[in-house]
Amino acid sequence: MVGGEETRGLEGPTVRWMWIDRVVSLERGRRLVAIKNVSLAEEHLHDHFAPDAARALPALPVMPASLILEGLAQSGGLLVGHAEDFRYKVVLAKIGKASIDRDAAPGCTLRYTATIERMDDQGAAVACTVEIMDHARAPSGPGAAAAFEPAGSADLMFSHLDNNRGAGGTVGEDFPAHNFVFGEAFKTLLAASAGTTR
Amino acid sequence: MTQDEIFSKVRAVIVDALAVDEEEVTPTASLVGDLGAESIDFLDIQFKLEQAFGFKVPQGDLFPENVAQDPKYVREGKVTAEGIAALKARLPHVDFAKFEANPAINKVADLFTVDAVVKYVARRLADK
Repeated sequence: MVGGEETRGLEGPTVRWMWIDRVVSLERGRRLVAIKNVSLAEEHLHDHFAPDAARALPALPVMPASLILEGLAQSGGLLVGHAEDFRYKVVLAKIGKASIDRDAAPGCTLRYTATIERMDDQGAAVACTVEIMDHARAPSGPGAAAAFEPAGSADLMFSHLDNNRGAGGTVGEDFPAHNFVFGEAFKTLLAASAGTTR
Repeated sequence: MTQDEIFSKVRAVIVDALAVDEEEVTPTASLVGDLGAESIDFLDIQFKLEQAFGFKVPQGDLFPENVAQDPKYVREGKVTAEGIAALKARLPHVDFAKFEANPAINKVADLFTVDAVVKYVARRLADK
């Protein structure tokens, strides 16, 4: 029996763009690994990049690097939120360094790994890497499978919004009581990943 | 570790955290006013110092929270003498001389200079 709209929807009180397809491993407070399959059914790939007749350039559908960063941030945010049972509103506060070094074409699988380097009541520092698997580039031979290859990294800082009273005399703002960061979509994602968490 | 060695490690942390040039990180530079730090950068600097020097920085130890939010310590936009005394006790690494001349609340951020961070690290290393 499936629940009503309010319990089954992918859009809870907040609408989330989901840029992770599956959490494949989660160690509480330490590390989260997620995958994202790039699909030609994603409409933005038809604009990124569309063919350019004037310059005789064919279409080049690749996932925008900004969305790969979003996927890394969602992986990191989920890891940090889960560490404290989603009591805190966890928001991406800073991208220290980021480098996305390879194009992700339709049919590729991205693997995001987020590792907490340091966390306290105020927030967390998370190191992220992205790897790419191009299924068309499997080595030849029976049973041969494609492998994940490094494709970039990012150093992210997350803030526990309610606890961030700032420094240097600034004061945090008041935020709504409900946790608007982690809506139904994230819960659905984690539920679908049951068995992979510990 | 000598003072120079501490300074150069602190400078590397600040260059990394705030994406500023090495030459900008002078002892008197303030993190917010001169180097453009925002509130999340303080946490970043705190974590990076821990990594660089191998000690834990308790929350509020290096950069205090609610510096001047306590109504007891603020009057008409200025930190009271009592408030300054409380801050001094909590922040022995901070130089209050200039601030005391005009303890306006919006000048509190200027207290956090590169030198204050260096002094904090030196004290923590000496305590080890």
